[in-house]
Amino acid sequence: MIEVRDLVVRRDGRAVLTIDRLRIDRGEVLAVLGPNGAGKTTLLLVLARLLVPEQGAIRFESASGPLASDLDYRRRISVVMQDPLLLDRSVFDNVAAGLRFRHLAAETVRQRTEAWLAKLSITHLKDRPGLKLSGGEAQRVALARAFVLEPELLLLDEPFSSLDAATREALSAELKRLLADTHTTTVFITHDPAEVRDLATRSLWLEDGRLIPRPA
Amino acid sequence: MSEVFSITVLSLQVSGLATVLSLLVGLPLGTVLALGRFRGRAALLSVINTGMGLPPVVVGLAVAMLLWRSGPLGDLRLIYTPWAIILAQWIIAAPVVTGLTAVALQQLDPRLQLQLLGLGASLPQMVLALWREARLPLIAALIAGFGSVISEVGASMMVGGNIRGQTRVLTTAIVLETGKGEFERALALGGLLLLLTFLINLALTLIQQRGARQRGRT
Repeated sequence: MIEVRDLVVRRDGRAVLTIDRLRIDRGEVLAVLGPNGAGKTTLLLVLARLLVPEQGAIRFESASGPLASDLDYRRRISVVMQDPLLLDRSVFDNVAAGLRFRHLAAETVRQRTEAWLAKLSITHLKDRPGLKLSGGEAQRVALARAFVLEPELLLLDEPFSSLDAATREALSAELKRLLADTHTTTVFITHDPAEVRDLATRSLWLEDGRLIPRPA
Repeated sequence: MSEVFSITVLSLQVSGLATVLSLLVGLPLGTVLALGRFRGRAALLSVINTGMGLPPVVVGLAVAMLLWRSGPLGDLRLIYTPWAIILAQWIIAAPVVTGLTAVALQQLDPRLQLQLLGLGASLPQMVLALWREARLPLIAALIAGFGSVISEVGASMMVGGNIRGQTRVLTTAIVLETGKGEFERALALGGLLLLLTFLINLALTLIQQRGARQRGRT
């Protein structure tokens, strides 16, 4: 589905990410692990086409036809960052934001948003300001905001790392259920071996910007 | 009384239009300065920040030389017209709006840009969303821009000429009345100017604080 070849990302002249070959198949849930500064977030940003590599090619086989532009690509994927980064709007408007960017009809936006608010059990929060939520609630909104787009590729950057253990466990279980229901191809960055065990169909270890066999 | 009314209306028209025009330039330029990464950005920001403190008489001098009959734009015959005052006030307000717009956007989490793009926003959609996020400080920029021109006198006097019925605005009228020793009249005009400035800033502040209350509501 997505194939990376001969990728090099440099910062201040130094290569911070070098990937000779990486293939992610449709339906796969790929976990990327590694120490801080290993290049995990850089990899995610490159996969999201939010960072242009100095070298290399990323081939994306879309289920809905050839890509017209980077914007077209970004409208077939979805990104969840480490922090929820919600907008200063209601929860409903936060979840609906990506759909509105795609100029979908208001009724379609309403139906899909309400459906995903329900799936994430946050319907009761829909009129609350996005910036007035607890960490767990905010991350649920961030997940709903990503899944409502029905992305072909979901990119998650340690989405639960700032949450307490109980909330993290609950949200991880929620994510597992959603991934099983939607079969969304996913790349997620994590430090948590339990998340890898529960969610991933495959895992990779990144160190000093290179993919290496996972250390014992 | 009718003269005071026409002076007041002209003051509002001239300063209002200059502020709107400064917004049209300052909002995009401030956005580029806040979000862009290009060579010379820091130097341009320094120029804008310097421009925020431009002395109105210096602006008046520059615009007068530009619009003077023998000046480069003399053929336009704009000197001593309201348009000359608008041009001068635009030069005064634009750096204020630009600089404060850049500051407002730089205060947002820089990762928000990536998140918006990652949700499928186009570049214009991302910028609009960021403006909406920074709406409270952006209204403050508008207030500051308007405040910088409604109260200035030097540029208006130099390029407008304080011509009765044509380019006389509240501040130049106050200078004239003071020069004639008509302190009561000057004081009344000063009070009117303060009242107008207060009312306009009150309206903008109410809009701004309504946004702040909505943000703070739980």
